[in-house]
Amino acid sequence: MNSLSRRRFLKISGATIAFAGAATSMGTFVKGAEKVEEKTGSIVKGIQKIPTYCDVCFWKCGAIAYVKDGNLWKIEGNPDDPLSNGRLCPRGTGGIGASFDKDRLRAPLMRKSVRGEDKWVEVTWDEALGYIADKMKKIKVEYGPEAMALFSHGVGGNFFKHTIKAYGSPNITAPSFAQCRGPRETGFELTFGDVLGSPERTDIKNAKCLVLLGSHLGENMHNTQVQEFAEAVENDASIIVVDPRFSVAASKAKYFLPIKPGTDMALLLAWMNVIVKEELYDKEYVEKFEFGFEQFAAEIAENTPEWAYPVTGIDPKVIRETAREMAKNKPASLVHPGRHTTWYGDDAQRSRAIALLNALLGSWGRKGGFYTPYSTRIPGYPYPAYPKSEKGTADNPNHKYPFAEGELISTGLREATITGNPYPIKGWLVYATNLMQSLPNREETIKAIQNLDLMVVVDVVPSEITGWADVVLPESTYLERYDDLNTAPFRESFVSLRQPVIDSPNDQKPNWWMAKKLAEKLGLGNYYPWKNIEEYLDTRLKSAGLSLEIMKKKGVVKGPKQPIFYEDGVPPVFWTPSGKIEFYSLRLKEHGFDPVPKFTKHEEPPAGYFRLLFGRAPVHTFAKTQSNPILKDMMEENELWVNNDIARRYGLKSGQYIKLKNTDGIVSNKIKVKATERIRTDCVYMVHGFGQNSKRLRSTFLKGASDSQLVTKYNTDPLMGGTGMNVNFVTFEWEA
Amino acid sequence: MARFAMVIDTKKCVGCMDCVVACKTENNVPEGYNRDWITQEAFGNFPNIQLEIRSERCNHCENSPCVSSCPTGASHYHDIGGVVLVNHDECIGCKACVASCPYDARFIHPDGYADKCTFCIHRVEKGDKPACVSVCPTNCMYFGDLEDPNSDVSKLLKSRKWHTLHPEAGTNPHVFYLT
Ligand code: SF4
Ligand code: SF4
Ligand code: SF4
Repeated sequence: MNSLSRRRFLKISGATIAFAGAATSMGTFVKGAEKVEEKTGSIVKGIQKIPTYCDVCFWKCGAIAYVKDGNLWKIEGNPDDPLSNGRLCPRGTGGIGASFDKDRLRAPLMRKSVRGEDKWVEVTWDEALGYIADKMKKIKVEYGPEAMALFSHGVGGNFFKHTIKAYGSPNITAPSFAQCRGPRETGFELTFGDVLGSPERTDIKNAKCLVLLGSHLGENMHNTQVQEFAEAVENDASIIVVDPRFSVAASKAKYFLPIKPGTDMALLLAWMNVIVKEELYDKEYVEKFEFGFEQFAAEIAENTPEWAYPVTGIDPKVIRETAREMAKNKPASLVHPGRHTTWYGDDAQRSRAIALLNALLGSWGRKGGFYTPYSTRIPGYPYPAYPKSEKGTADNPNHKYPFAEGELISTGLREATITGNPYPIKGWLVYATNLMQSLPNREETIKAIQNLDLMVVVDVVPSEITGWADVVLPESTYLERYDDLNTAPFRESFVSLRQPVIDSPNDQKPNWWMAKKLAEKLGLGNYYPWKNIEEYLDTRLKSAGLSLEIMKKKGVVKGPKQPIFYEDGVPPVFWTPSGKIEFYSLRLKEHGFDPVPKFTKHEEPPAGYFRLLFGRAPVHTFAKTQSNPILKDMMEENELWVNNDIARRYGLKSGQYIKLKNTDGIVSNKIKVKATERIRTDCVYMVHGFGQNSKRLRSTFLKGASDSQLVTKYNTDPLMGGTGMNVNFVTFEWEA
Repeated sequence: MARFAMVIDTKKCVGCMDCVVACKTENNVPEGYNRDWITQEAFGNFPNIQLEIRSERCNHCENSPCVSSCPTGASHYHDIGGVVLVNHDECIGCKACVASCPYDARFIHPDGYADKCTFCIHRVEKGDKPACVSVCPTNCMYFGDLEDPNSDVSKLLKSRKWHTLHPEAGTNPHVFYLT
């Protein structure tokens, strides 16, 4: 990857907008935001409305929390916020439950016996942070600062990132790349020279044809996407759903293609074959922007619908019809890139095929396809420079995965921790990510942890990963703390603030406080020149023409509307080496990979086994909300979707409990059977995040089964190190 | 006289349960109970399936078996909009109404009275929409006055196909499902 595109990769697209004269476009304050009716003692009587932004998932919707007589009552969407449009998703609406979860961590804990035995003593913050700082200093002396790794998910990790960088380590990662959206970023970057980012730049609401491959919008509840999906349904968009399971989205579709799992690449190639052969592509667009189109067309010439039929199980007539349907609606035909794309290990190439199909339809950059996002430019706090690392990162030695750029490979850092190659990793700081559920192959995670001199976990609840820590630090919920500003790239630039709505009930602390105190104990206090986060936020906001005071009242401030499509004047720019859309990739060729994606056959389940598939429920995020008392009431355990015929053959009835055993002999916790017509006979499906085995998280202890526990096998993507996880096979195991 | 009704577009509903969660927080519905719920009904064989997803609740029937079966008069029709309500103080928790409702919309609140959807009358009387309607991310729920021919609900029932639940029970329900 050349340095230009690398920089591009790090800083997604569009332009950043400064708030010059922002005061004029400031709109309304949240009514009641500053109104306090009467104050008796410390309790405020009446209703206070406090704007903030949600943290139940990474979408970060703007919200307004209602506090009634001093108690948290409810939370709603902030109508000024472009992500929520005044409506939160079910997890956001139920987010308040996190603050009264009975199992919350209350005070810092230190391990009393061997790692993983889950025996603890409560300590003071001073003891806990003092212990961590001493260990970190020792690690630095013995192994160098790079031996400390940070696994962090979400905006709350920003200050820990800052502390770890100040300490001198570049090893900062999150499972959201190599276990989730990494492949699609690589596939799109290789094609268009730009990534999708988060929120992804899909113009779902204006799509006339929307193609979903495994994306189960509606069950997967990224708020704005689902809102736009409903708009597309209302506008009678042609929806094409490709899924081995009849998802909720499938029920809204004009075409449902019940594909054989693992064969999406064949379908994508066949679609492109039809569109090229029948000359249905956007000729003007392709001619103007293509690089290597001729070679590409020649490479896919054999991938006819008839070729794809025995592979995918999809009738060639249906393949042709759906290809023509997309072409008819171009360029407002959006083939959605998906988000959780780590399926089979050739995922970056599959994502590239999706990018190429979009290129043929001319949808990249166009209305009803992919828009050009804008983000707000808020200067960072003026900190001293970070020390330079001599060794570089440990996740990808010798650039084994040449297209893993911009973000680190979490499983690569795990690998380095196990092997000591390229150098030893001796400390993990884990912030807000339950690695037991998010990384494949638990045994490897445990093996890595056993090699550590220091293992620290910061969390709100005693999640499974806290059980493996030496020190557990209890965090305030997002309703009890400030966090960094949200300036995510979107249809319009905006900035939003998270602010505390209520106090933490016990000795929990916000992440910024922990990260600052830790830095001070490490002798890095000069990296925290501010006294508290209000000062930090106000300094940053003022440098952009805003202020904390304004943000506290409004919650979100939007920038000016800009054109977001080529047809409205956005100049088409492709940050690829050729400066064009790369139908044929010399970069891939150079590294020995297929310059045009090819179909590879994936292993199929042995007799008596079924492919294990997993996905999302609208009421839970990852493995982090299962104990929230409100969301638990919506869904307390997951179910195993089994095709009716299979259920009959095995004598399984809906509602009965069963266990699963994978080909490595791992047996799951028990899970309720859902016998249904809505899934193929060669796979089973469950919602991710259940079957948790942390005893201290009583409310969700061993409720349902964990897909992650059964994901012992994974195929690593040779382009970018992603871990394809849909490659595990399970059979039924009756309870003894 | 107003006649309140709810119209829900099953074509747009994704069954996300946001309406259930919002009702819970808005109305402080206790843990383990809900005033509304989601039903998913699938017809056909894989892969030719039809799926109807419905957000269900009390139907605020015109001819309510719960009102007629209530021995104390606690269950009653509200003065405005024909909304069926329960007066907590008069309710003795005898469950007659719970048993009589063909929609299974009622439960006995841990505090001892029969509880169910109120059409969020406390919000509606202030000019707001019910909590479930205003939270729905797909905008598939509509609330309004059937007596007003220009209301969303009246217009939708004129322009779209719809059905109600258990019409055979003769209750004349006021929650309508667009198909
Ligand atoms: S999508 Fe839902 S959980 Fe995520 S930030 Fe928005 S409201 Fe919160
Ligand atoms: S909130 Fe709306 S989309 Fe979600 S289940 Fe309820 S009615 Fe359906
Ligand atoms: S109208 Fe109000 S009480 Fe009835 S289900 Fe909706 S939110 Fe609950």
